[in-house]
This record gives sequence, C-alpha cells and structure tokens, in this order.
Amino acid sequence: MRRAHFKFSWIAAALLAPQLLIVFVFFYWPSAQALYWAFTLEQPWGGGNTWVGFDNFRKVLSDPYYWSSVRVSVIYALATTVLAIGMALTLAIFVDRQLAGYRAYRVAVIWPYAVAAPAVGLAFQFVFNPGAGIFSYINAVAPGWWDLSQNPWQAIAAIVVAGAWKQVAYSFVFFLAALQSIPRSLTEAAAMDGARPLRRMIDLQLPLLTPTFFFLLVINITDSFTDSFGIVDTLTGGGPFRATDLLVYKIYADGFRGFDYSGAAAQSIILMLLVMALTFVQFRYIERRVHYT
Amino acid sequence: MMKLKLATTAAAVLISASVASAEKVKFEYWYGLTGDLGGVVAETCARFNASQDKYEAVCVGQDGYEKAVQNAIAAFRAGKHPTLLQSFDAGTADLMLSGEFYPVHQMMADHGISIDWANYFPGIANYYSSSKGEFVSMPFNSSTPVYYFNTELLAKAGVTEAPLTWEGMETAFKALKDAGVDCPYAYEPSSWVDLEQFSMAHGVPVASNNNGYDGLDTELLFNTTLHAKHMDNIQRWLAEGLAQLRTQASGKTARDSFVEGECAIFFSSIADHNTIHKLKPAFAWDVQMIPTYEGVERHNTVVGGASLWVLSGKTDAEYQAAAAYLAFLATPESEEFWVSNTGYIPVTKSGYQALLDKGFYAADPYKNRDIALKSLTFTEPGPLTRGIRLGGFIQIRAEWKAEVEAALAGQKTMKEALDTAVSRGNEQLARFAQTYEGKSFP
Repeated sequence: MRRAHFKFSWIAAALLAPQLLIVFVFFYWPSAQALYWAFTLEQPWGGGNTWVGFDNFRKVLSDPYYWSSVRVSVIYALATTVLAIGMALTLAIFVDRQLAGYRAYRVAVIWPYAVAAPAVGLAFQFVFNPGAGIFSYINAVAPGWWDLSQNPWQAIAAIVVAGAWKQVAYSFVFFLAALQSIPRSLTEAAAMDGARPLRRMIDLQLPLLTPTFFFLLVINITDSFTDSFGIVDTLTGGGPFRATDLLVYKIYADGFRGFDYSGAAAQSIILMLLVMALTFVQFRYIERRVHYT
Repeated sequence: MMKLKLATTAAAVLISASVASAEKVKFEYWYGLTGDLGGVVAETCARFNASQDKYEAVCVGQDGYEKAVQNAIAAFRAGKHPTLLQSFDAGTADLMLSGEFYPVHQMMADHGISIDWANYFPGIANYYSSSKGEFVSMPFNSSTPVYYFNTELLAKAGVTEAPLTWEGMETAFKALKDAGVDCPYAYEPSSWVDLEQFSMAHGVPVASNNNGYDGLDTELLFNTTLHAKHMDNIQRWLAEGLAQLRTQASGKTARDSFVEGECAIFFSSIADHNTIHKLKPAFAWDVQMIPTYEGVERHNTVVGGASLWVLSGKTDAEYQAAAAYLAFLATPESEEFWVSNTGYIPVTKSGYQALLDKGFYAADPYKNRDIALKSLTFTEPGPLTRGIRLGGFIQIRAEWKAEVEAALAGQKTMKEALDTAVSRGNEQLARFAQTYEGKSFP
C-alpha cells in the first residue's frame, strides 16, 4: 500500500483552520457540553446544576419505553435503508439503460432530496390521512381498517415509507454515478456473449457496485437514526401511544419540550454511541465483503 | 462639491433620525401566539407604540407557546433575551424556581404604576400569584374549557336544555344516538380538559401538596380520584358508540367533526368560540359549562392560556417601558380590543362589567361566550382549585395522553394506563425536585 507523506505547512493549516473551527464549534463543543450535562441535573434557565454521576443513564436504560424506542428506531433505520436503497437501485438501473425520457427522470428523482423533512411529513400526512387522503380509499372498501391513530404498525409503516422516499434521491445519485462509471466495454462484451440485461445486472453491475452499496448503507443507516425527526413530528408526533417514538424524537420531546436537558443529553450520548457502534460493525464485518477495484 | 454636500446632509439627517429613535426606549417582547391571534398581539404593540412617544415595544412572534419558551431559554443563556415573554402554564414551574424574573407586582410598584390587583378575577389571579398572593406574571390571554353543542341535533333528539351533569350528558348521548346521530360526542383525549379542569370543577386533587402549590415533594393522585371513574365512562361511551374518537391522526379533529355537523358535542377552550364562528357552521350552536357528576358540588374551573413574564437582567429603562406596556394592556379599552378580536375572555371584573353594560355578550358573534367566566368564577378558588403547579408538566401531560390512548386502543385497561401515567409522572416530579433541590416556589 502506498502512503502519502505531507510536510507541515502553515498555508495548509491556515486553509484548514476555518473548516476545523466550524467542526469544533458545531460538533465537538456541543458534544462536550452534552457529555457534561449527561452527568448532571441541569436547570433549564441556568442557575446551576448538580452532579449526579450515572443517574441519568441509569434512569434512561431502566425505562422499558426507552428500549421500545430503541427497537422501533432500529426497525425504522433498517426498513428505510432497505427500501430506499432498493428503490434507488431500481430507478438508477432504469435510468442507466437510457430508456425513453431518462433525462427528465434523472432530474425528477433527485428533487426529493431537496425537500425538508417536515415538508415530506406534511405531504405524507395527506397521503396517509385515513379520512381524506389517498389511503382513505382503502377505508372506503374496508371501513376503519387504515387508522394511524389506532394501529402502531401502520404508523411505523407510514414513517418508513416517508423516510425512504426522502432518502431515495441521495442513493439514486450515487448509484447512477457508479453505474455510469462501469466501463461500457464490459457491458458490451457481456452483451456479445449473450447476457441479457437481467443477467448483466446480477453478474456484472451489482458486484461492481458493492463499494457504493457499502457507502450508502452506512450513510443511510446513520441518516435514518439522526434525521428522522421532522417526519415523525409532522406525521405521527411519536404516536399512537409511543409506537413511533424514535430516539431522536424522544430526545427532542424530553429536552426541548419538557425542559429535561440532562435526560436528553444522556439520551444523545447513548444515541451517538449506538450509531458509532453500528458504523463500526458495518466497517468490521460488511466491508470485508466489499471489493474495491 | 454638490455631491459632498448631499452626503453630509444625508449623514446629518441619518444622525438626527437615530437620535430621535434613541430617545424612545425600546424593549423586546416575545410571544407564542400564531396565525390570526399572533396578528392581534402584534396589533396591540402597534397600538401601544402609536399611543405614546416615549417607549417602543418590539414584538416578535416565536411560532408557538413551546417555541417561545424554548427560544427565550436559549436566548437567556446567551444574555440576549427579551424583557417580556408570553409563557404558557407548563412553563410556569421552571420559571418560578429559576428566580430569573421580575415579579410584575413588584415591577409595577417600583415604577410608580398603580394597578388594582383585586380587580382581577380570583380564578385567574390565583393561577399567576405567589404564595403571598402577589402577581408574579401578568394575566394575558385567558380561557377555560366549555363544551360546544349543535342545538338543532339536540332539539331533534328531544334534549331542550344543555345538560350540566355527566349523567345528563349520557342521557343526551343516548337520545342523540336513538335519533339517528352516529356521533353524539366527538372525543379527543386532552389532559387539560379531561384531567386538569375536570378535577378543578369537581374539587378533587390532581396531585398532593394542593396540586403542587405547597412544595416540590409532590405526588400525582389522579388515578385514585373521580377522574379514574370518568375515564372508565369515556371508554364505555366509545365502546357503546355514544362517543367517537376524533383526532388529527384518525383523520378529522373533534372540532372539524363538530363544525361539519357530523358530531353533536365536543369539548374545547372558549377560545375556539371565535374560530367556530369564523368557520360558519350550517347549524345553530351554543356553549355550556363543562359538566360535573351528580352528588358532587361544582367548583370553579381555572384559567388556561398564557401570561406575560418580565425576565431578569434588563435595564431599568427597559423595565419602565415594559411596565408602561403592561399598564396599557390593563386598560379597559385594550381589554375590549383584545376580547372582541380573539376568543379570549376578559381578565378583570371591571373589564367584564364594561362589556356586559354594552350588551357585548347578548348578541352574536359573542353570544354566551361569558359562559366561560361563569365557569371560572363559579366558586371562590380553594386550595384544590387554585390551579396546578407541577414540574415536568409537559411530560406528565404527554404520559397521560399516551397511556390513555393505549387504553382506548385496547392495549391495556384504563386502570393500568392511569397507574402507569401516575408512576411515570411521579418519576418526573422527583427528578424535578432533585434538579431544584433546596428551592421553593415564591
């Protein structure tokens, strides 16, 4: 393996400084603050705090509802990731085949990524509304079957679909770029050998896409743990009866709405560790199966 | 040369303009009301600024009660907070214990403005007063719950008078059902209506320590009171089809179900009186006090809405300006402007009397809106009906709602649900007491 060596340079340091400063101010500083609060009971209006050691963590981890929150967050993360990557790949393959109108599709599919999560939530609120939305047609056939306020699994399905819809665009861009970087000669050679599109996809394109797959897996899982707030807030508000109370949403509800800064800080630290652990696992066990060309 | 002259004149004009505006003392006021109501708040500021030339209120909407308090906390920690903050009931306990406020009673006295505090309705005054009976914050937008009913549907069912007891309500629900009304009662779980105001009207405690007023070592009691029986009844009415669950998540809110004529009765704040009027339902409707159970003496309900807090750490000039604004709000003219442009009720006895004398509440669109005042002043507030002062109130409300919803969906019994809500709420209270160890409410 080749290694690059750089000499220390003041110019390089000066050029890096603004970026490092931003990372420090917006990431390390707040994280350090959260870490400190997690071990204290912080009064919201300032005015002091008390050191309580691991009490906040003990309280959070001994709460059965917290564990159901972890469970539903993991389900949400896995389901949105699978759904988003699956749909993005399908769309990317179609666009890559340059079927009629693919240029328009390419632009259209990228758009949803620019839509803010709360807006996505609002749009899907209409789609999933049991009384007036598109899903109300189901209730016209089977009255009362579709009801987000009563059925936890339907509520989870709703946020998963909305979350995945938002993620598709991002994954799509990467898949399309990766597909287009596969040398034409390979595809053409396979075609001459008689491989039909499906066979070419399974034997040729997918194996060559594994690095992109891996990258998107890590990004999507991390994103669905940390960026689901807007969708939950507008679509379900964490309900019915906590069924969609994802970890990030719970942090917001306890910290900002309930003024329990310390409890929320402890939860943030746990969430951070969880995401780090998941990323570690992915790098440790899944990356082995990735072949970089 | 000409250009230079112009520039100097422009600079001179600018300087004199800034001197003129510097003479006016500015103070910031952050409010949480949104939409039409937020617009009316902004108008009160404009009216104040136009009424005199010494002070200028800079009023900033914060997009919701919760955000107003959240933003004020963040700004306070950075030393950039407003002088005046509109804070809702759930923010009260933290603000009181923080000590980072200037009690309005004190501020008005310090700045030589006399306010007749006895003029405020006791049901409102007690909610915002210290244990010594002095106003900590200034009552502002005030409401209380009532129920709205479709007069035509009730008449069709042979119910000529809106019941004042829950027994009477049940009879009315059945009559409505028999008369072919599918949804007599549009129910939406609300801790404010079903738990807090219900307990006030029945004179039963929500929590120990006189609902938290007397100390921080408070425990919730609502799973042992009449509230538990009431929730059982609601569950039964839903099961028997006398009531229907109408929430945003289920597709249509209780209010929309009522306005569209689908459901005959729903419970909400009197502030909705204005909104429903604007939505122009195609039927006659009216309001009534929330019912009580037979054999229980009816008590007053308490005020909901928000009050105005003066935050600490500001200059004397800013306090002077804020005091002038609060005094302006307390004038009968301001009160009438506020009450006639929103669904809220007057907070002073003289303000109410002035409106009564004008026949304000006798004709549409304000007809019977003062039912809310009747409810609020039904009895003198006692130890259990002064209000509720709990830390972690937002989470306690959220626990109640999540558990009740779980019970209504058949996931657990109502008793299990209320017991869980109480024990989880008690953890919140203990945590709150630990956070503010050694402190007590002023």
